[in-house]
Amino acid sequence: MLNGLLFGGVYSLMAVGLTLIFGVMRVVNFAHGDMMVWGMYLAWLLAIRAGIDPYVGFVGCAAVLFVVGLIVQRVLVDRIVDAPHEMQILLMLGVALVLENAALVAFGPDPQRVRSLLRAATFWLGPVFVDVARLVTFVLAMALTLALYLFLQRTDLGRTMRAAADNAYGALVIGTDVRRVYAAAFGIGAACVGAAGALVSPILPFQPTGGLSLSVASFNIVIIGGMGSLPGAFLGGLLVSVAESLGAVFLSPSMKELVSFSLLIVILLFRPAGLFGRTTV
Amino acid sequence: MTPLLEVSGLSRRFGGLQAVRELSLSMARDEVLGLIGPNGAGKTTAFNLLSGFLAPDHGQIRFDGRSIVGLSPHAICHLGLCRTFQIVRPFPRLSVLDNVRVGALSRRPRMEDARHRAREVIEQVGLGGKMDHPAGGLTLAERKRLELARALATEPRLLLLDEVMAGLNPTEIEAIVALVKRINASGVAILLIEHNMRAVMSLSHRIAVLNFGEKIVEGEPTAVANHPRVIEAYLGEEYVHAPSR
Amino acid sequence: MKWLGAAALAVLLALPAVLSSYAVTVFIFIFFYAFLGQAWNIVGGYAGQLSAGHAAFVGVGAYAAALLSAQVGLTPWIGMLVGGVLAAALGTVVGYLGFRFGLRGFYFVLLTVAFAEVCRIVALNTDAVGGALGYYITFTGNPRQFQFQDNRVYYYVALGLMLVATAVVAAIERRRFGAYLIAIREDESACEALGVNTFRYKMLAMVVSSFLTGVGGTFYAFYLFSLQPNAVFGIPLSVEIVIRPIVGGAGTVLGPILGSFILSPLAEASRVYFGQGGWSGVHLIAYGILLIAVVLFLPQGAYPALRRLWARPAAR
Repeated sequence: MLNGLLFGGVYSLMAVGLTLIFGVMRVVNFAHGDMMVWGMYLAWLLAIRAGIDPYVGFVGCAAVLFVVGLIVQRVLVDRIVDAPHEMQILLMLGVALVLENAALVAFGPDPQRVRSLLRAATFWLGPVFVDVARLVTFVLAMALTLALYLFLQRTDLGRTMRAAADNAYGALVIGTDVRRVYAAAFGIGAACVGAAGALVSPILPFQPTGGLSLSVASFNIVIIGGMGSLPGAFLGGLLVSVAESLGAVFLSPSMKELVSFSLLIVILLFRPAGLFGRTTV
Repeated sequence: MTPLLEVSGLSRRFGGLQAVRELSLSMARDEVLGLIGPNGAGKTTAFNLLSGFLAPDHGQIRFDGRSIVGLSPHAICHLGLCRTFQIVRPFPRLSVLDNVRVGALSRRPRMEDARHRAREVIEQVGLGGKMDHPAGGLTLAERKRLELARALATEPRLLLLDEVMAGLNPTEIEAIVALVKRINASGVAILLIEHNMRAVMSLSHRIAVLNFGEKIVEGEPTAVANHPRVIEAYLGEEYVHAPSR
Repeated sequence: MKWLGAAALAVLLALPAVLSSYAVTVFIFIFFYAFLGQAWNIVGGYAGQLSAGHAAFVGVGAYAAALLSAQVGLTPWIGMLVGGVLAAALGTVVGYLGFRFGLRGFYFVLLTVAFAEVCRIVALNTDAVGGALGYYITFTGNPRQFQFQDNRVYYYVALGLMLVATAVVAAIERRRFGAYLIAIREDESACEALGVNTFRYKMLAMVVSSFLTGVGGTFYAFYLFSLQPNAVFGIPLSVEIVIRPIVGGAGTVLGPILGSFILSPLAEASRVYFGQGGWSGVHLIAYGILLIAVVLFLPQGAYPALRRLWARPAAR
């Protein structure tokens, strides 16, 4: 169960990225899971080609995904910020398709894993068996989330982002360069998930077609925690991870997916606003 | 003769805010009742309650003797009560004719009949020249007429107009006032939320004033305009005893 | 326009006489996916309720007809109706939950995806229907069992399905049902104020759409002879269904057909040129790019754009 909690750090990071994008821009990033998959593959490339351990390389992955997010936002999303929701959904679906299948073409369909120096290291913490890799993943994920939190609270750009999230029109009126804020938000959201991917790459096998289930997992968490709420995404990530690891004890992997989707349906029907979220989409 | 609309004890709160408090009204078949009050007084909430978009916490609404509390908006429209929106909501990608046809279809299920009725109504409101124009390309004044036409096409007995003059210049307002008078003359009762005092005074047989969700005054237009509580609500206490011009 | 349509139809009817078997197969897929896209068009294009889980209905129809044929000996000609009804039942459930609980836009999309995935996982884990290995239908070539020796018969069946779906959509568009759906897509609340029972019409659209899609599932089963849960319930199939109307023109009668004529050859060409294995995803990259391009530049799809181009010289 502790391992479940540790993994929750990654879930939180994923969810925080998604909810940031939604909170600031009211756009749902359907390509979220696929961006994470790219984070994983980039970490793999760094490890294979440059011998960089993912626990160091995640910075690079985050940086690359940040740029990707920026580009996607500036070139594509920016044009449809005011468009009907269906158009936004379709656009992001298109991006997801491109990302997922580009990965498929580039890396092949077989699952991969990254070797990290920490892979085999474990130790006993009292009665509990701790996997060092997971622990480091957790610590780094927490650190990144904290950094993001500080960024939003303390820096000008961060505060502007929160203002735009609260009231885009008002932010415009006072002269905020909303487009810059949007681009930054998308970039940071992508960077979060890129880092998350890199941090997970030594722990779990990954393949290009895994994007969808990662996206769904992110949606699950974000909807539980509340769309647009960062603390909600953070706590939701930990919660869902613990619940999943408990579930894994009793259920087969296939059933786990079933529970995940069924849970999503129930949440959609009964609490679309989530624990902390706003009531309007 | 039973009043067309009878509202008693209507109340609705949102969290800590009592938006509408024990509202009671009644309207006769052919009258125009003006509903005025400062911003946030609960007027649009009252409209939402009457037209079925919101459910009241308690209270009764009778339309032509029949309770309509708990009915959905479309059912209430079928009974003859139709509302327009404060911020107009045309179907932007459809033509003016197709927009109004949607309203007409509620009474005339056959497409040709509905189309015919829609044309009539469009002419009535003066949009005849823009029949095939996409609604998204109309000016604000034209959109207001469109909103009116759509509602009229449902052949209502009571029309709820929510700030239909808002955003219009004086000439446009005069034209809409004339149009509303014509509509009323043809036998449609009208409940009108409006901030433009001249329009309200000109159109209304009676006026009801809301403040903080409560009806504070009701009566003939001139009496209401000079009522101290109304002046207090709009301008503040100091003005109650100011000399009139 | 009418004579153009009639001429096109005549050409399509005559084509199998001159086409190779491979070309006939390509056309079968064009017609079949146009049919599925047309069925989706009712609820996704006209009513504007984006469903990304329509594969669920294909799967239900497919498995139902296949099982009934194999276990009970029920001819798929009737089995397809049963499959359609079962798919419509699922559609009713999804629609009811979605619309009663006020799920719109992104939330509704997620709901449909979740249902399709649940179906997929259930099918994967149910050994009675073949589980992960899939369900296979023995080929007998018996027309009573909806199987034909000659590829060309399938061609005409698929063409027929496409025409039926198109006729249904055209009929809907002409009537109040269609006018209401289009208005609901524009602004639901305004519709309610005008006396439209939006819940009822959305449900109706969903039921008709899922029924037709379920019927299509039967064709799928008895043309491909193997049902794999990942293929028949999966997201890739839902994408194939959705993309044709979107690219061709959602909410128009000819949109899904045009979209299929554009996309099926594209998919086939990329499959041929880039081969199997890791490169099999290339056509999906093209799909993604097309989807993005359509959203940015031609949000109403190819058909309305073409119609405007056609009309312009005539207007001057």
